[in-house]
Amino acid sequence: MESPAEPIVRIRNLTKSYRRGEQRVPVLTNISFDIAAGEFIALMGPSGSGKSTLLNLIAGIDKPDGGSLTVNGTDIATLSEAELADWRAANVGFIFQFYNLMPVLTAFENVELPLLLTSLARGERQARVDLALSMVGLADRTTHYPSELSGGQQQRVAIARAFITDPVILVADEPTGDLDRASANDILALLERLNAELGKTIIMVTHDPHAARSAHAIRHLEKGELDVAP
Amino acid sequence: MHFLKLILRNALRHRLRTGLTVLGLVVAILAFGLLRTVVDAWYSGAEGASAARLVTRNAISLVFPLPVSYRERIRRMEGVTAISYANWFGGVYVTPKNFFPQFAVDAKTYFDLYPEYVIPPAEMKAFVIDRKGCVIGRKLANTYGFKVGDALPLRGTIYPGTWNFTVRAIYDGAQASTDTSQLFFHWDYLNETMKKAGARKTDWVGVYVIEISDPDNAAQISTEVDAMFRNSLAETLTETEKAFQLGFVSMTEAIVVAIRIVSFLVIFIILAVMANTMAMTARERIAEYATLKALGFGPAFLAGLIYGESLAIALAGAVLGIALTFPVAHGFSKQVGTLFPVFGVSPETIWMQAAAAAAVGVAAAALPAFRAARVPIVEGLRSMG
Repeated sequence: MESPAEPIVRIRNLTKSYRRGEQRVPVLTNISFDIAAGEFIALMGPSGSGKSTLLNLIAGIDKPDGGSLTVNGTDIATLSEAELADWRAANVGFIFQFYNLMPVLTAFENVELPLLLTSLARGERQARVDLALSMVGLADRTTHYPSELSGGQQQRVAIARAFITDPVILVADEPTGDLDRASANDILALLERLNAELGKTIIMVTHDPHAARSAHAIRHLEKGELDVAP
Repeated sequence: MHFLKLILRNALRHRLRTGLTVLGLVVAILAFGLLRTVVDAWYSGAEGASAARLVTRNAISLVFPLPVSYRERIRRMEGVTAISYANWFGGVYVTPKNFFPQFAVDAKTYFDLYPEYVIPPAEMKAFVIDRKGCVIGRKLANTYGFKVGDALPLRGTIYPGTWNFTVRAIYDGAQASTDTSQLFFHWDYLNETMKKAGARKTDWVGVYVIEISDPDNAAQISTEVDAMFRNSLAETLTETEKAFQLGFVSMTEAIVVAIRIVSFLVIFIILAVMANTMAMTARERIAEYATLKALGFGPAFLAGLIYGESLAIALAGAVLGIALTFPVAHGFSKQVGTLFPVFGVSPETIWMQAAAAAAVGVAAAALPAFRAARVPIVEGLRSMG
């Protein structure tokens, strides 16, 4: 599939393996592909195919064994841990299967969390968080703790947290995996809106073909190798 | 602000666990403070000693007396400004449980050497003219309810018979560290009574207390006093009042050492409990730490969260523990009566309690913070769900 614009993610000959006892188990083998800015792609494949590992590498929370991985012009494979942390804060929004909200913080405070790493003033942070929460339809839940929200609402808070810093890419690992169908549809619709209205590049790992249909493109991984599907 | 909020809310997440840990800390800090206060009380006599006073005793042992005739010879020495003497009496008031120190002293000179014993002049005058009169300290008076004019009988253990005294004066301490649990009466009364009873050793004193003009000359004057009585009937041993008092402490040093060890063991035990709590806490939150790392927060932030929580718990335990030390020490002091003449929580003890709590807070967080800071994000996230 041709990328519709300049690639924002450029992957070349990416390899990754894990050590299991004395053995090294290859997870990704010579992966090469591009993701264009504004694209919404789904990574699919059976368990153990390496799709989450690929997502982690793109998000900069894991390091490849070989190859190059350029995101928004930066070869993140060469960055140190501290540099990667700064890079992630500025460039990546995370959406996890189990939401990963801080249980002791309110919805507002959870969304505000990534902004604490920026130089924004308190008032500016408040305005941004209010806007983000209203975009995900939770303007009336700002003072609620995660335990006081449904799964779908928690995931919407997590999505607001993911895009609050206006990152270059949003990475979503099974974002609907823990939700019922109706909530999953809401989340997918929200991701589609973020992609269409804000132009966010979204890379989503999913098992669910229904969820994958929200993406512009689907990349299949099989035993650590990429299998491009229409 | 968020950082502090996270620390406090995390600390209160498992209220029962945090509450029990704080309770453990309170007990440990309280026990530590109380034991340190007992050790301080042990040394209070030495702490209250004056650098300008020397004590001369029999070189063989404190049990053996010295002739009263030594007084004039010592008084004439250069550098000596005053001299007095005292005998340990060792009487029992009603039962042996009611222990307090009693001394037969030279009424006219003894109190001039101890300006820290503050006696109203009228009461002092009444004491001097009454040979059966006695002076008691405020703590002793309060413990047994003695008032000026009260009869105070003592059953002698060294000097046989019942000795009936009348309380003529009550002294207060010039400082909080002044021992006000003692009783003083006329040496003349003791000496004459013993003479009448036909005792062999009369005109003898237990110790001489010597006031010197310059504390820097203490060693030299001590040497000269002892040299003066070398090869005499009763050779002397002269030392500073502080060294004399520490000599008593050294007799029971094993107990003091044991108390000191126990006080630190208590802190070590609570450190183990606290470390376990923090390790458990950090293990449960490993996915949250991984999430924070993924969002861009560095290892220092995570370590700060864990250290902050541990220190917050330690602070709560320290504040409550220190606050409780005062009433508990007061109650303990009342229970033991005059066994510890000076029993008070010192500023040093409070600082040590605070330092021990802070050390526990820091040490308990060290390993969990190190692990949280180093955990790979992917591994941490995998522990979720």
